[in-house]
Amino acid sequence: MQALYHRLKALFPLGELTEQRENLVFVTVDAAHLRSLLLQLRDIEGFTHLVLLTAVDWIETGEFQLTYLLGNRAKRQDIGVRVMLSREQATMATIHDLWPTAATYQRELREMFGIDFPQSPGVNEEFILEGWNDIPPYRRDFNTLDYAEATYNDRPGRESRDPATYMREKLYGEGH
Amino acid sequence: MAYQPDRSQYPQRRPDGTLDIDLTSGKYLKLWQGPQHPGITGNMSVELTVCGDEVVAGKTHVGYLHRGFEKLMERRTFIQCFPIVCRICVPEPDFNEYCYAAAVEELAGITSPERANWIRTLILEMGRINSYMMYLGGQAGSLGQGVIGQWTTYARDLMLDRFEELTGARIYHMFILPGGVRDGLPEGFKQRMEETLKEIESILKDVYNVMYCNAVFKKRTVGIGYIDPQLLDSYGITGPTARAAGVAKDVRRDQPYLVYDQLDFEPITGKDSDIYTRADVRRRDLLMSVDLIRQILAKMPDSGELMAKLPNVLHWQIPRGETYIRGECSRGEYGYYLVTDGSGYPRRVNVRGPSYTHAVALLERLIVNINIADVAALMVSLHTYPPEIER
Repeated sequence: MQALYHRLKALFPLGELTEQRENLVFVTVDAAHLRSLLLQLRDIEGFTHLVLLTAVDWIETGEFQLTYLLGNRAKRQDIGVRVMLSREQATMATIHDLWPTAATYQRELREMFGIDFPQSPGVNEEFILEGWNDIPPYRRDFNTLDYAEATYNDRPGRESRDPATYMREKLYGEGH
Repeated sequence: MAYQPDRSQYPQRRPDGTLDIDLTSGKYLKLWQGPQHPGITGNMSVELTVCGDEVVAGKTHVGYLHRGFEKLMERRTFIQCFPIVCRICVPEPDFNEYCYAAAVEELAGITSPERANWIRTLILEMGRINSYMMYLGGQAGSLGQGVIGQWTTYARDLMLDRFEELTGARIYHMFILPGGVRDGLPEGFKQRMEETLKEIESILKDVYNVMYCNAVFKKRTVGIGYIDPQLLDSYGITGPTARAAGVAKDVRRDQPYLVYDQLDFEPITGKDSDIYTRADVRRRDLLMSVDLIRQILAKMPDSGELMAKLPNVLHWQIPRGETYIRGECSRGEYGYYLVTDGSGYPRRVNVRGPSYTHAVALLERLIVNINIADVAALMVSLHTYPPEIER
């Protein structure tokens, strides 16, 4: 897929190529060039299948990584396009007009990560959560354990353990 | 004479493309199909706006069984995620195990042994049969044929017996773990599997005669729920739903994984892309799985390693990386996007279930102009499992 990368690199300011497998690569592009890159991939290079759109929270560097994974069935290839966004201003242009199904992914990302996609159909409507008023739950700084302890009451007599610590203690005893 | 709806009652579109529906006019009615309804596939609901007995708009609502699997896995070690993943899809859990295991293996630089790959393929095909059996019961049930569900439940139970003797469990098998599989085939398994396959073939003949040749079933499914092949890529349509539209999309053939490149098969396709064709493609796909299981049992090695050597799983750290692993489940492309950061925990796990696209954007499009009584049949024909939508 080096040839594909060089063709794209001549047109767009791409980051380095990550070759995960013979038929799966990842490239990084800035938000401003994402749409034209996706159009090039879809209409010229044959990557017509939007496999998924999701986000990764890199809280240490204050960034969200959006991953647009596209598939080319005829050539048996996949390319993941990464876009890094600031966690403070997490807004991205919508692509629902390129793939209608992207509206669902964007609606979920709005709810779960707080990443906004203005003009995306129903993006501000509740998708999975109902009446949620905390920070978006899939952000790394949302602590599920703290939330559960503050929100729910344990049954009397019930013990709660950290799974990783419990497994180590069970196998090796305390102190490991 | 074919039914002709009164289009003068239909809502106009506003400049922004949304429908101008005035519920106070008395022309329209909101009707909820689900979340508890015999015609719904699992815990989801569809908010219907109807005009007479015809649907003018539909909206999918999910969130009734969100358990936050993807978030939970960020707090668990790689091996602790393994028993969680199968719970993401109840009727066909094994794809979660395979995709997760393969993603971890790829990022950790582990190769699962050849014999384990044969057993993994066997399990995935057994799971496909079970999933199709549930589908057949649901599809027939949505049109009033309750007996089909009883027959297919019996057939599925026979396959669950095989699962139980192979893995020790009937529903959540937790058998395909990173590195390989937990065990080999028990003594006499091949013989008992052959008996099960023969029984399944026999039941399918009855199902074909009673369901597929039934005039009511045909009248209510032929030409209903048509999916234009042009929509396949824009709506992320995969699996039997795509193959019924004449496009031979099948990950097993397009990007062979495990041992599918050593098996002899061709993707099953149809051409009419309606509810009946999708049902027929699935029936024939089920029979192909029966054939694939026979091929696997005949060709698989009887001895050899079942597990690769793993590091101490309690201290298992995987270098930073990301990958995507896909497989062809009974409903289409199933995939895991795994991101690691060098720690002992996944940074991000994202599950791509076919229902995510089929049950929301696609269903909301197809449901327009459908008769209320056909909504359940249409929904089941997309073969959706809500847990995949709200992992």
